Amino acid sequence: MIKPLIIGLWTTLRHFFSRSVTLKYPEEKWTPPERFRGRLIHLTNEEGKPLCIACGLCERVCPSSCITIESEKNPDGPGKVVTDYRINFLRCCFCGLCVEVCPKNAIVMGHEYEMASEDRESLTMNLDQLLDKRMKSGNQ
Amino acid sequence: MIVDILLQIIKIIVIFAVILTCVAYLTLMERKCLGFFQVRLGPNRVGPWGLFQPIADGLKLFFKEDMIVLHANKFYFILAPVISLVAVLSCFAVVPFAGNAYIIDIPVAVLYLMAISSVGVYGVLLAGWSSNNKYSAMGGYRATAQMISYEIPLALALVGVLILSSSMSIVDIVNSQKGMWYIVKQPLGFIIFLICTFAETNRCPFDFYECENELVAGYQTEYSSMKFALFYMGEYAHIFLASCLITLYYLGGWNGPVLPALVWFFLKVFFCAFCFIWIRATYPRIRYDQLMNLSWKVMLPLAFLNLIVTAVIIVMF
Repeated sequence: MIKPLIIGLWTTLRHFFSRSVTLKYPEEKWTPPERFRGRLIHLTNEEGKPLCIACGLCERVCPSSCITIESEKNPDGPGKVVTDYRINFLRCCFCGLCVEVCPKNAIVMGHEYEMASEDRESLTMNLDQLLDKRMKSGNQ
Repeated sequence: MIVDILLQIIKIIVIFAVILTCVAYLTLMERKCLGFFQVRLGPNRVGPWGLFQPIADGLKLFFKEDMIVLHANKFYFILAPVISLVAVLSCFAVVPFAGNAYIIDIPVAVLYLMAISSVGVYGVLLAGWSSNNKYSAMGGYRATAQMISYEIPLALALVGVLILSSSMSIVDIVNSQKGMWYIVKQPLGFIIFLICTFAETNRCPFDFYECENELVAGYQTEYSSMKFALFYMGEYAHIFLASCLITLYYLGGWNGPVLPALVWFFLKVFFCAFCFIWIRATYPRIRYDQLMNLSWKVMLPLAFLNLIVTAVIIVMF
């Protein structure tokens, strides 16, 4: 009866001296894993134009209807060009269905997870905010 | 005459300031240590290493709304936290910190301690009763039953120490431990005393007064603001007192080589306090009937055995 009690004390004492697993969050940042589903990113081609062809599949598949696409007819060529692409991140559930459904792989999930904000408007992001200037068309 | 009284008052104020600071920092120590035991960091936001946390907690409690529920008996409701803090703090009057750092050394200090520390249970009982709430009442009743059950083996275990030192003054008890601590001569008595103090101070695994997953918060359910803080101070002061007493009765008080007496005393006291936290981090709460069985069927016979063996050995040799 006494032995298990002492084993218990020994176990907790070992934990007392082991390193803490706490991440001191605001000072230390967390690196998300490769396939982390963070804020959505819009990709561009070499000329800096969005890859999106405004097909509207993502708008349709989105379970929380948070995507709004505005487009116009392509002035120099076939198809349409996207003029505005808004995602309401208050409603987005980061399911990734838009990424899966996109025929041009124009939208991907990024690694940004610090999206707290003090006003609701700033969380509805437009095309400019979603375009990742650093990622030039790369991973298609 | 007046100078003497003034000096005495200054002494009391200084000693109580030290005690209350220790009590406040015991709460931080508990939270920090529990954090380390659970492989996390504990409070570290307020000040360096969270050192100002007790001050922040105190201020927060000070500015909370002080509520008295309508169905409570107002007089006893207010009296209860006062009793439980005053009872514990008045015990410190006879607790010596070092060879000469004490408020008073009375020849029946042990008896005084036993008597006054038992008064603390009235605070808990009255709090539970006057709240007029079934959870509080349950907490209060349990407290009374537990106190009565564990006071007896506690006192009996202590008699072993009194026989060895043949004095009831704590300074004499400590002085008679020069060379050999009573933990060596009284190992069984020490263990009984330790377990009973855990029950007396309302600590895991015997924290039946509050017992948060059965009784909400036991007798504290209806308390808020400073009244709640008084209970908490009382509780931590009780833990500090218990650590002091274990040190004084069994661990040789301020006796020790090289380091000054005061340093030895506080090292031992904080080691005892650490053990309190360590045991809280380790063991789950035992069942209520097991608690009663442990007291009456295990602790009491063992305490008698310890007393008889000690007495026989003292008489024979």
